[in-house]
Amino acid sequence: MNAALPLIFAALLFCVGVYGVLSRRNAVLVLMSVELMLAAVTINLVTFGAIAPLVEREHVGQIFALFVLAIGAAEVGIGLAIVLLLYRNRASINIDDADLMKY
Amino acid sequence: MLGVGVIGGASALLVVVSRNVVHAALYLVVTLLSVAGTFLLLGAEFLAWAQVLVYVGAVVVLILFGLMLTRAPIGPMPQESEVGKWYALVPSGGLFAVLAYLTYSAFGTTRIDLQIVRTSALAEHLYIVWAFPFMVLGFFLTVALIGAIVIARREEGEGPLPPEDDALHEPTFTDATSSPHRRASAGVPEEVRP
Repeated sequence: MNAALPLIFAALLFCVGVYGVLSRRNAVLVLMSVELMLAAVTINLVTFGAIAPLVEREHVGQIFALFVLAIGAAEVGIGLAIVLLLYRNRASINIDDADLMKY
Repeated sequence: MLGVGVIGGASALLVVVSRNVVHAALYLVVTLLSVAGTFLLLGAEFLAWAQVLVYVGAVVVLILFGLMLTRAPIGPMPQESEVGKWYALVPSGGLFAVLAYLTYSAFGTTRIDLQIVRTSALAEHLYIVWAFPFMVLGFFLTVALIGAIVIARREEGEGPLPPEDDALHEPTFTDATSSPHRRASAGVPEEVRP
């Protein structure tokens, strides 16, 4: 298999995530876009781990991808807690409404 | 690989353009499953099933619970700024063009020697070479989950802030029910009553 295929898929996922973070105003949708970007990073790690010559493989790419998986789960937990707090205090999850520290 | 990539890319696009938040979460399931399929094609079995368990099983359910608890607009979302969408398309599209060009020029001819990584081989590396980072990761997860509970817990005297800038000009009020806005709205029915 050509190594460029999964890498370009990861680039597509990352850029779609960037677009979602920049364009959507719903805080939960922004979290989902961040998830897309994390998924792109894990694909990149696994692919670069698989590019290395067979004898030198230490599975470092997959182990780092596992770490990113766990950190992504923690990030969603914290992010949703913050979104719940935002909703309780401002009665809205529009991230444009969370502008108390803007000025 | 191409088919998995096309399905994943299309559903990822639907995640960010879909007007219905719940549909976006369900398209996210398809995208994450295609990511798991990519892992399978790259020979990372354990990682693929961990991806299915953690993301499709836990994270998406967590997101759906978040949508439910925040009573987000489940139906079509109110109109978002059209200008912002076009401004957001420029950096993301430009980034994709640059990344795709660089990736293709650098790895366009690289072949992947497929090797199915057995879970036992992965576990040997994880628990021997990477044992300490793994324990730090476990500690980190514990801290994150306790932190999430602490952040989301309802505290005494917490409630919706009054509208406008009352919160900035009235630093003394402690209970949301004593804010002038709430009192005014609560007093209306008594005045209306004959």
